[in-house]
Amino acid sequence: MLLAVFTIAAIALIAGLGLSIAARRLPSRPGDLTEQVNELLPQTQCAQCGYPGCRPYAEAVVADDAPINLCRPGGDETVRRLATLLGRDVIALAEVAPVGHEVAFIEESLCIGCTHCRSVCPVDAIVGAHQLMHTVIQSECTGCELCIAPCPVDCISMRSVP
Amino acid sequence: MSAPTYDLGKLHGGLRLDAHKSQSTARPIMDVPVPGQLVLPISQHVGDPAQPIIGIGEYVLKGQLIAEAHGTLGAPVHASSSGKVVSIEPWPVARRFGETAPCIVIECDGKDRPVELAETPPAFDELPPDVLLQKILHGGIVGLGGAVFPTAQKLMQATTCELDCLLLNGVECEPYISCDDVLMRERAEQVVGGAQILMHALSLDRCYVVVESDKPDALHRLGEVMTELDDKRLVLKLVPTIYPSGGEDQLVQLVTNREVPSGGLPSDVGCLVQNVGTAAAVHDWIHDQEPLISRITTITGNGVAAPMNVRARIGTTVADIVNFAGGYTEHASQLIMGGPMTGKSVNTDRVPLVKATNCVLIMSETPSPGPEMPCIRCGECAAVCPVQLLPQQLFWYACADDEKSMRSYGLTDCIECGCCDLVCPSHIPLTADFRMAKGRIRELADEKARAVRARLRFEARNERLERDKLQREQELERQKEHARAAGPAAIAEILKRKQQQEEDEDRS
Repeated sequence: MLLAVFTIAAIALIAGLGLSIAARRLPSRPGDLTEQVNELLPQTQCAQCGYPGCRPYAEAVVADDAPINLCRPGGDETVRRLATLLGRDVIALAEVAPVGHEVAFIEESLCIGCTHCRSVCPVDAIVGAHQLMHTVIQSECTGCELCIAPCPVDCISMRSVP
Repeated sequence: MSAPTYDLGKLHGGLRLDAHKSQSTARPIMDVPVPGQLVLPISQHVGDPAQPIIGIGEYVLKGQLIAEAHGTLGAPVHASSSGKVVSIEPWPVARRFGETAPCIVIECDGKDRPVELAETPPAFDELPPDVLLQKILHGGIVGLGGAVFPTAQKLMQATTCELDCLLLNGVECEPYISCDDVLMRERAEQVVGGAQILMHALSLDRCYVVVESDKPDALHRLGEVMTELDDKRLVLKLVPTIYPSGGEDQLVQLVTNREVPSGGLPSDVGCLVQNVGTAAAVHDWIHDQEPLISRITTITGNGVAAPMNVRARIGTTVADIVNFAGGYTEHASQLIMGGPMTGKSVNTDRVPLVKATNCVLIMSETPSPGPEMPCIRCGECAAVCPVQLLPQQLFWYACADDEKSMRSYGLTDCIECGCCDLVCPSHIPLTADFRMAKGRIRELADEKARAVRARLRFEARNERLERDKLQREQELERQKEHARAAGPAAIAEILKRKQQQEEDEDRS
């Protein structure tokens, strides 16, 4: 009886040690992991996390242990998924997430055609020529709000879409 | 008469339900007169909504095209009677999502003037199959069993597969509904004629007309018509009365003993299923040039004075149909568009009859089965599930919002028949939960697709910016090179010009 208990305990100990060493020492393929993290991010490219896009943030999370709670558009859901993938603890979001999906809207009668918003849009979702009215392609807008600050006439606002 | 055949495949699960059909089959089909106002939703089918092609105030004739098919999966809409278009506005409709939908409202003049028809159409068997399919496309015909999938597209999709038989679905397994039953009794010629047209369009030489065992009159009448026609390609099949044997995949399983693969279509196993009503509509369109502007629907339940089957114009409001059927009784407290198992409860009788409406059910309040209690994992639901899913397990994952497991346990194959709800001893509304979970899966898929698109656009933009930068640098380099090659005199010339320019700017 005692022998059996010890044998099983010994096997468990050896296997556990082996696994924990493997997990720490053996190189996981970081490329793949970055790719997986990037997949979980909402791809708004909003840079609200402090990195210039979703992929750079994914790289930072994998390589530099950046906190996983910086993605505002992704919300708690993304934090939860990242935590599951990376084996980290679920933590509260750094900032409160917006509710629902919002896209930018240009008040066309006010637009002066300065092209400032067009050039900052990370996904080329704004169309318009110099000194002509601009508009947002609603289906492509990720709601990153990057176009709001550069507008000199404050004609861009966020609107929720169904 | 071709004798009914019994060599049937096995259907898993299912339930024997109280039929409640005799209340509405006692009377013959009656025509509802053209109402004062018709409300025609532009989206009466699955797929992209039709595009209205008429203006407000325009006068339209009966059978005139008022909204044309749009997108790959579309069906046109025709005016059901003559009159003036008064508006195109959101109107309450009975559909899964949302309460209102854009509708074309026509004020009828009561004259019911039809459009000028072309001279007698060519007989269908003189037309090549692809021309016939195109013609069916313009008739606005959709699956009348309730799924409202555009018929022409379904046929076209099926022609790309290897088919060996057409199944005509006259099973109508859901309680209360009897519109297909009376259709087969009173218009069996049209049903069988439609079957012949469909067989020609698909170049098939086998058609099973499948009828449930609780419709002896329909079976008898179909048998008579088939004997008269003496068409060897048509075979009458009798299936036992089990809900939901009328589901498309279930019917294929029953009749041919072939199992439709998960996520697949009956055409993957060589079958095509069409409702008998659809066949009759195809016949009316090809033979009499009448597009789908009316349908037979069952109005029944203890909330209506005279339950019966009526033939009403598409767009007639439920209120008008109820008036025709003698009005409400004191029991009327809920209105369901469709059958009791799969129908949708609506809160106003202003909703119009659409192509999908096979039944209008007006009932007294159904007694609540009791409060919802925790799942005890008895497995009753798995025993009755006709798709052989594990509802108790799916429920578990639906509560946990575990998308991956829901997919791997086949939630997307759920036909929402409602059998699991009925047998659940804990009264868990499983079907409603699954419907929500399906919506959630779709939402997640949409979100994912959007993210992928955004990523691709972002990458493309970065690439473009890189390219532009490189190009600018190269251009600058080229200009410098050019200047150097021209010698010091040229450089001095350029510098002088630049200075001149700056001075000009300063002055201005």
